[in-house]
Amino acid sequence: MKILPFFVIIPLSAAFLISLLGKKIKNFGDIIANLGTLSLLILSLNSVQLANAHKILVYKMGNWVPPIGICMVLDGLTSFMLVTVNLVSFLVAIYSISYMERYTDKYRFYTLFMLLLAGMNGIIVTGDLFNLFVFLEIASIASYALVAFGTEAEELEASFKYAVMGSVASSFILLAIALLYSYTSTLNMADISLVLSQKGRGMLINLVAILFLAGFGLKAALVPFHAWLPDAHPSAPAPISAMLSGVFIKVLGVYALCRVFFNILGVSSAISFALIILSIISMVVGAFLAIAQQDIKRMFAYSSISQIGYIIFAFGIGSPLAILGGLFHLFNHAVFKSLLFLNSGAIEYSTGTRDLKKLGGLNSQLPVTGYTGLLGSMSISGIPPFGGFWSKLIIIIAAIQAGYFLSAGVAILVSIVTLAYYLKFQSHTFFGKLNETRLKVKEVPLAMSLSMIILAIICVIAGFLLIPIFRPFLQNAVNVLLLGKGYKDAVFGAIR
Amino acid sequence: MKNKEVGMTLIVKTITRLTVGLILLYGIYIVLHGHLSPGGGFAGGVIIALSFIHLMLAFGKEVALRKLSESWASIFESLGAIMFLSIAVLGFIGGYFFLNFFIQKGKPFELFSAGIIPLCNIAISLKVGAGLFAIFAVLILFNKSGDK
Amino acid sequence: MSVYILCLILFCIGLYCVLRKRNIIKIIIGLGIIEYAINLFFVLVGYRTHGRAPILAKDQVISNMVDPIPQALVLTSIVIGLAVTALLVAIAIRIYEKYGTFDITKIRRLRG
Repeated sequence: MKILPFFVIIPLSAAFLISLLGKKIKNFGDIIANLGTLSLLILSLNSVQLANAHKILVYKMGNWVPPIGICMVLDGLTSFMLVTVNLVSFLVAIYSISYMERYTDKYRFYTLFMLLLAGMNGIIVTGDLFNLFVFLEIASIASYALVAFGTEAEELEASFKYAVMGSVASSFILLAIALLYSYTSTLNMADISLVLSQKGRGMLINLVAILFLAGFGLKAALVPFHAWLPDAHPSAPAPISAMLSGVFIKVLGVYALCRVFFNILGVSSAISFALIILSIISMVVGAFLAIAQQDIKRMFAYSSISQIGYIIFAFGIGSPLAILGGLFHLFNHAVFKSLLFLNSGAIEYSTGTRDLKKLGGLNSQLPVTGYTGLLGSMSISGIPPFGGFWSKLIIIIAAIQAGYFLSAGVAILVSIVTLAYYLKFQSHTFFGKLNETRLKVKEVPLAMSLSMIILAIICVIAGFLLIPIFRPFLQNAVNVLLLGKGYKDAVFGAIR
Repeated sequence: MKNKEVGMTLIVKTITRLTVGLILLYGIYIVLHGHLSPGGGFAGGVIIALSFIHLMLAFGKEVALRKLSESWASIFESLGAIMFLSIAVLGFIGGYFFLNFFIQKGKPFELFSAGIIPLCNIAISLKVGAGLFAIFAVLILFNKSGDK
Repeated sequence: MSVYILCLILFCIGLYCVLRKRNIIKIIIGLGIIEYAINLFFVLVGYRTHGRAPILAKDQVISNMVDPIPQALVLTSIVIGLAVTALLVAIAIRIYEKYGTFDITKIRRLRG
């Protein structure tokens, strides 16, 4: 239980140490960042075992009893998200040892990267609503700076638009927290749930729910609020695109949405209906706009919008099987979308371009990149027996079981469209004729290929998460969300 | 050949010479009495940064940067953050993160009381003051040739 | 009650500024107005009738105080707003250097 503060201490201290000493000692940033992410990965795997043994653990900060003090909560959903985030960030940190050599200020990159990681870890472990807002802002500001890292003209434009839209969303979230505080006069998540069950839901709670949906929906790139994503994700350097698309929109958007709606406010049928409608529009819009793209990373960004639609659709349905499918798809998408973005970074590193019209036939020159990209694309399109197939199957079966036949049909159709544009990506990039000017491209360095190979292996064996030995990893997370308002009883029971 | 005058007029420069030390002292007072009266780390840090910015506005950037160069501002900023984190981690002595671990907390309403709170205030004021001055200095030093 | 309505009107003015103005600096100012409105709303939520400032001083009888929690939270929120404004201004200066204009309708190289 005492390991919970370390998820925030380690990245914060690494960030400020790198900022202080990174310029003077050579390679200091690399060593500290990789050591830090490795230790976080080991701690999060430890936390899975802890959450399995005791169902819920509460850590009081500074020995102040909540609701007077801030508490940190470790339950099944927390440990699941911690493993996802720290696994992807460890592999991205290894990848960026070689990729970021071509930018001048590598130690500043590592500072911002560790701050982003500290923010995301803080959002996951906290049990207090305003603490969630503060960590959300830390992560958001770090990501605005990271998108503009290369300081080319297009990156600055994308970062400015992203920053303005993200700030408006954060102000919606703060307004919702202020209204909720005026109604319940407490900020602890379990305590808000307790007061709401005693006082009853008023009209104000509906306004709060809509504001939270708008704010977290913009961070998660649901469809009316998705306009920043296709500009911001391609402009960032490739490891940051992998982090943003892989874990950032899930932690800030999907996880925070679930925590607030399932455990604090309670899901009404109106909210579920709104989530299902928005997610179906996301799936369709993302998929159809992705076919027409010529830039690799822009196509992947639209594909992210489409897949987030799948995850929110599963949470909108709300049955136990659907939530299992949604969480499994969240884990799968984190793994294969970061693999695909790292892949596009490797293509850009070797050939210098991201345009589909100019690439072709790279399979002979870049074998590792080619095969890992093939595995990632097959997994995201839902081809058996890779991981993506199982999660999409569970979501569609749950949709049919709950009676949403039209939505299940749309989901199957979008899956076929996904297969179409990933086949287009593969055929234009790796298969086909090789351009003569490209005969001299070499394979990417070892650090980059190592992280891509590990991610590809996880893609392939992800289906094994469903067999009964590993099932508790997902099932604990599902049980926390199904607990719903029982979260407050669990937390108050665990505070001694 | 006219000698180009840097900064503002003579009146502003004279008043600045008189008051900038007082502003710095006032900022330090607000930081140290943060646990007794309104203020604390952030407000005091901003006032300390404002004294340096006042110097830069009145006299031009060379004079202010000689007093506190931007590399030193960056070092102070990171030092402030590391100091704050280490105070929080030292709370583990008492068993909990961020615990107020001083045994003797002193009598209320005195200057030396309330455990770790004055130390936290000093660390925060270091970070905020140095950070604000560094932002201002970097924005001034950025010129059109794409420098920094 | 009328105070809260005025805060919401200020928020809507800031939102109008972000959506409709064409100069980048005016958009940044609009974002600042949004943040001021929300901080003001948060502090006003803590008001209690006939309350005084929540500061404990020597030899004073504690009677009616306003709520101190929103004041501490608003302090944090102001710092966050400062950081975002500083970052946006730095990005805006570099945009001016690359594009040559502050007009946001002309800064549209990314399409599709």
